[in-house]
Amino acid sequence: MSVYPDYMQESIRRVEETRPDRLGKNFPRLSLAEREELLRRYHPDYKPEGKRPLRVGASFGELVPHEVADLLEAYPLVDPGKTDLSQVDYDVDVLVIGGGGAGTVAAIWAHYAGIPTDRILIVTKLRHGDSNSIMAQGGIQAATKPHDSPAIHFLDAIGGGHFTNDPKLVRALVEDAPFIIKWHEELGVMYDKEEDGTMITIHGGGTSKKRMHSCKDYTGLEIMRVLRDEARNLGIPVLEFHPAVELLTDEFGQVAGAIVWNLETEEYKIVRAKATILATGGWGRLHIQGFPTTNHYGATADGLVLAYRVGAKLRDLDSVQYHPTGAAFPEQIVGLLITEKVRGLGAQPVNALGELFVHPLEPRDVESAAYIRECLPPEKDGRGLGVVTPTGMVGIWLDTPMVDMIHGKGTFQRALSSIYRMYIRFGIDPTKEPILVYPTLHYQNGGVVIDEHGWTGIPGLFAAGEVEGGVHGKNRLMGNSLLDYNVFGRRAGQAAAEWAKKARVGQLSLRHVERFVEELKRAGIPETRRAPLLLPDYRGKKTLARVVDLL
Amino acid sequence: MDEVQVKVKPEMVTVYIMGQAYQVPAGLTILKALEYAGFRLVRGVGCRGGFCGACATVYRLPGDYRLYADLACQTTVKDGMYLAILPFTPAERRPYDIRKVKPTGETLLALYPELARCVACNTCTKSCPQRLEVMDAVQAALRGDVAKVAELTFDCLSCGLCTMRCPAEIPHYHVWQLARRLYGAYLAPKAEHLHRRVREIEEGKFKEELDRLTSLTEEELRELYKAREIEPE
Repeated sequence: MSVYPDYMQESIRRVEETRPDRLGKNFPRLSLAEREELLRRYHPDYKPEGKRPLRVGASFGELVPHEVADLLEAYPLVDPGKTDLSQVDYDVDVLVIGGGGAGTVAAIWAHYAGIPTDRILIVTKLRHGDSNSIMAQGGIQAATKPHDSPAIHFLDAIGGGHFTNDPKLVRALVEDAPFIIKWHEELGVMYDKEEDGTMITIHGGGTSKKRMHSCKDYTGLEIMRVLRDEARNLGIPVLEFHPAVELLTDEFGQVAGAIVWNLETEEYKIVRAKATILATGGWGRLHIQGFPTTNHYGATADGLVLAYRVGAKLRDLDSVQYHPTGAAFPEQIVGLLITEKVRGLGAQPVNALGELFVHPLEPRDVESAAYIRECLPPEKDGRGLGVVTPTGMVGIWLDTPMVDMIHGKGTFQRALSSIYRMYIRFGIDPTKEPILVYPTLHYQNGGVVIDEHGWTGIPGLFAAGEVEGGVHGKNRLMGNSLLDYNVFGRRAGQAAAEWAKKARVGQLSLRHVERFVEELKRAGIPETRRAPLLLPDYRGKKTLARVVDLL
Repeated sequence: MDEVQVKVKPEMVTVYIMGQAYQVPAGLTILKALEYAGFRLVRGVGCRGGFCGACATVYRLPGDYRLYADLACQTTVKDGMYLAILPFTPAERRPYDIRKVKPTGETLLALYPELARCVACNTCTKSCPQRLEVMDAVQAALRGDVAKVAELTFDCLSCGLCTMRCPAEIPHYHVWQLARRLYGAYLAPKAEHLHRRVREIEEGKFKEELDRLTSLTEEELRELYKAREIEPE
């Protein structure tokens, strides 16, 4: 018995009717001009009312979402005048803030570059590994096949980013990519392979060659747990449940460590460090424009806030990545990620009438805009062909039964076991019935400006992973985020190690925070908000579906 | 963004969170039910999407003797359910050097001799939220079939529920991690094309082309982008 209500089953019958005709055919890909038109009219980033210019700081005047401006223009959690910095609790060479993928890779490579493990410290908000890195499903890009090349990967990434990426960073990304996969293979990551060892690779949205390497649909989990295991074997110390609440500087203007907050004992600890690497991840839990999110519980943009207060520049934060396929039904899993790999394996997006309306593998922003156009009512310039759920969500069908019809029975369950398991738990068999999807807040495209070594331009401060910007410009392609955290985690770890070997740290201070507070006051910003946010608050009725102002 | 729009008045159920009764809307996951009841979670929460294993939960239902184990973020509340989210699993992990170990059952047993204490009770399998054949993996480990262990445990989230319930006191998920890395590093066939490509990059085969690409104008890049040949699906 189907858990879909009757009217949704009626729509599913139309999807089934058109399926034989759709098999083996596809919607034509859009031209660059058509893509741009679709984005302008339907992508949430193009709604001017969703953003405002920053009133303070190194990126003064730049447009960012209100939810992000609220944090960047907030007052600190610690009172800089009343915080005792004289008792140093941890004194290290390299401090890594964030225990997800980027932070773990950075710590490992700082060690490989010659820093003893007891001179490295990872501090992280939740447990080591709890991160968006562990949730990634679909894969990691690398031009490892003979008919592909780093140059083609470069073009795909920079075109997917609408030519706004920093070319130096894209080059580092694509040139290091095969090395990263080889490093993973040596560490024991179980990549999907043919019997002769050839990596199984498929397309992702916006790729021109099949270069998506995967570990079933647990790619992020498999890579993260191996990296974490290796960090544990090396004996790299980790402080869990200790988010950083402020960076520290010294009289030479260098970043010199951080204040961390023990979430359980509610005490501050002072970490002095010669080099600091921000690897705090992204912003999904800010629910920009009310969207549900695929992100983990700690994705609250803390790193942006900390970096901004020491004077780091930010870029491309006006662009938010909405993953085209977040679950829209049932209510329990709204917003959770349905990997792009489902479309990579042939499932097509179709509307309430069973019509295919866009190529399944356009770049993510274009694909999302097409789904939104399909769902918006005609009076809002849309086509009104979405399916509205009993709780007021809306979505289009992702025709998942096509996967087994194309690749053979059992493929879905084998290659997409996490998605299969999730739907079966809630009473839907995705090999028999299509699933309802709608764009969900997925990734912070931009972030802290870095160079190709992960240096932020602030002495002693490096950044890697989702917190940094420039690698993906204004739109990241699938499979380039796992790659990003590995490439730039490694580079930042190496650069931080070299810096730490020469650096001397002076007197610890929060003078930069005092200056930032003065700037906030001069700009007339009231003292109503504090940041970093650390954790979202879902208590009470906020638990229920928030207003998702989609239509 | 934080306002609420409840379109239908939800049916309420009673759940007992660590013994205290709370009325929560039916249809919530256990995780969301705790938040609805007023808990601001620090432990027992992570990815919220069934990947990280932070929200291992045990519960019982009224009139049912069984102790159930599942993930709080992937399980819907039931009326009368009484539950606790486990904040942590104490289990010792034994360090090793992946470059020096052999991909054999002896390695597994040398680091985790408690594997041999398995009494084949199958409690581990019954407590797995991923519905993995956990006991079969223990048996495969005892037979020295590292590849089988890796295959059977690939979807393990290290939530620790099997480990908490095991009468033989095996720290399963640490053994599985070791077995998967042994498989990936030694038993899986090597990707020759990958090694060739890394050598080509080291030899500078793509350097000139990338130098050129990084110096092009946006217009030139657009033209090259449009002219890309797309590999058929």
